[in-house]
Amino acid sequence: MVDPETGARGLHAVLHQSGPIPLAAEILCAPGEVLALVGPSGSGKSTLLRCIAGLYTPREGRVACSGETWLDTGGGIRLSPARRRIGMVFQNYALFPHLSALENVQEAMASPATPQARARALELLDKVHLEGLSARRPRELSGGQQQRVALARALARDPQALLLDEPFSAVDRATRERLYGELAELRRELRMPVVLVTHDLDEAVILADRLTLLSRGRSIQSGAPLEVMQRPATLEAARLAGIENLFSAQVLAHCPDGGFTLLAWNGDQVRARLQPAFPVGTRVAWAIHTAGVLLMPRNRPPRGRLDHPLEARVTGMLGLVDRVRVQVLVFGQAEQALTMSIPRHLVDRYAICEGGSIALRLRGEHIQVMPDEVSSASGPIQ
Amino acid sequence: MDWPALSLSLQLALATMLVLLPLGVWAGRTLAWGRFRGKALLEALLALPLVLPPTVLGFYLLVAMGGGSALGHWYQSITGHTLAFSFEGLLIASVLFNLPFAIQPMQRSFEAIALEVREAALCCGMSRWRILRRIELPLAWPGILSAMVLTFAHTLGEFGVVLMVGGSIPGETKTIAIAIYDRVQAFDTAAAGRMSAVLLGISLAAIGLSYLIRPSPGRVQHG
Repeated sequence: MVDPETGARGLHAVLHQSGPIPLAAEILCAPGEVLALVGPSGSGKSTLLRCIAGLYTPREGRVACSGETWLDTGGGIRLSPARRRIGMVFQNYALFPHLSALENVQEAMASPATPQARARALELLDKVHLEGLSARRPRELSGGQQQRVALARALARDPQALLLDEPFSAVDRATRERLYGELAELRRELRMPVVLVTHDLDEAVILADRLTLLSRGRSIQSGAPLEVMQRPATLEAARLAGIENLFSAQVLAHCPDGGFTLLAWNGDQVRARLQPAFPVGTRVAWAIHTAGVLLMPRNRPPRGRLDHPLEARVTGMLGLVDRVRVQVLVFGQAEQALTMSIPRHLVDRYAICEGGSIALRLRGEHIQVMPDEVSSASGPIQ
Repeated sequence: MDWPALSLSLQLALATMLVLLPLGVWAGRTLAWGRFRGKALLEALLALPLVLPPTVLGFYLLVAMGGGSALGHWYQSITGHTLAFSFEGLLIASVLFNLPFAIQPMQRSFEAIALEVREAALCCGMSRWRILRRIELPLAWPGILSAMVLTFAHTLGEFGVVLMVGGSIPGETKTIAIAIYDRVQAFDTAAAGRMSAVLLGISLAAIGLSYLIRPSPGRVQHG
């Protein structure tokens, strides 16, 4: 079914207002697709979800799903949440505390008291691995089990769109990882658009087909999760994608034959993936994700066509379970701070320690050139 | 023992409860979730009977219900008797002085229902009526029960307003509280004691019942 006005399939929402919560966003989610809305607290991602659900009405906007218009402020259409066929999982699940898991699921059905509704609710509870727990009330269930009831309840309505508002934020890490697996398994059966609100980029990469970055109610960039995270279009998108390595440089040349763009940075020449949209001579910003900064054993020079070797001094280390976040100062015209992530076994093998020097390489394929919004002479961008 | 007075008191308390149950649910729900101009003023006005001396409230109600007032005149033209010094007048007074006892507990219990739970009900496609019946009323039940018990017990014991508005007409407006006062005035302390004990028993039973049916906190599992 397509949107009668725009021809878009699945869920399409265009929302605008200047206040009290600023909104300037457009989202599109195809049937069967999982779209992650990612942004920091206050970026308006939950408000967007509430607009789709009909729990909040923006000054101007249009929401259509599966050929039905749910909201059209210009045309005076505003369907209540009850009339929009949505399934919604709330951040804290919002289960009905006085009803059993089974009754919670049945309440979302058109005729909840029928034997058919009961059978379907039991089937849904089985699907989310809650066999034998249907008589329990929410307070008798763990966080992960409550989340599963909320998901079964959201699916009970046979929704045209499934909306998930930070559904994993209230469970511990082990449960969360188990639920990721279960949701990934379940989504193969889902035919409706699924919108997932999260502030966790890893969660978006694991679960979503597409990602939209949001900041102060505006959609900044959309695309495949890894593409958005590794190829942000603007400095703001780069910051939202969690990229810390942001620098300023000048475009020296484009070499289509070699497939690279040459940048002047820190008294050096760095090869980046070919990005000819930026004219030679202009000042640009460039970003590289920690995945593009690799340790380079001194006895093995870089082999990649666009690899750029650098010498640096370690200034800080933060140990995680299997990786260590290492902060370094790169030697050059001026010392430039860079963050990289090194597997723990390599930190041990090469005896990397604070104050020591290391050799590293920047992978040019990961260097993303962007318009320089705050120009400074080949320095870091704060 | 003044059985007609006790019976009248019980009838008045039950009638007041019946009037205030739907009114309290509507007002408590509106005040809990509604946002409108003058809400604070309205809440203050509804709480006024808590601090106003009962005789003052009774005086104003007597004036408002008397034959000289528009309300009293209108009522008399329809029914042929005055609103003051009648059971109906007593009921109106009882409803008014019980407003805070009925509305406030209900308002608090509706406020305690998480916004997300109500929104989840909407997102489940439930109608407003079904949400009220299946979600809101069961969750607000302890507050509604408290409100009804408070209203019942308070009506049984109210003296000042009842005396001002109803006088002390046996079988018509003479409640148990006034009967006790009458017995004390007549130095019949034995009868006053018996009636007081009955009133104490009924009040205790009502309050005890509300604690007994109150839901107990359940077992919580984490992890």
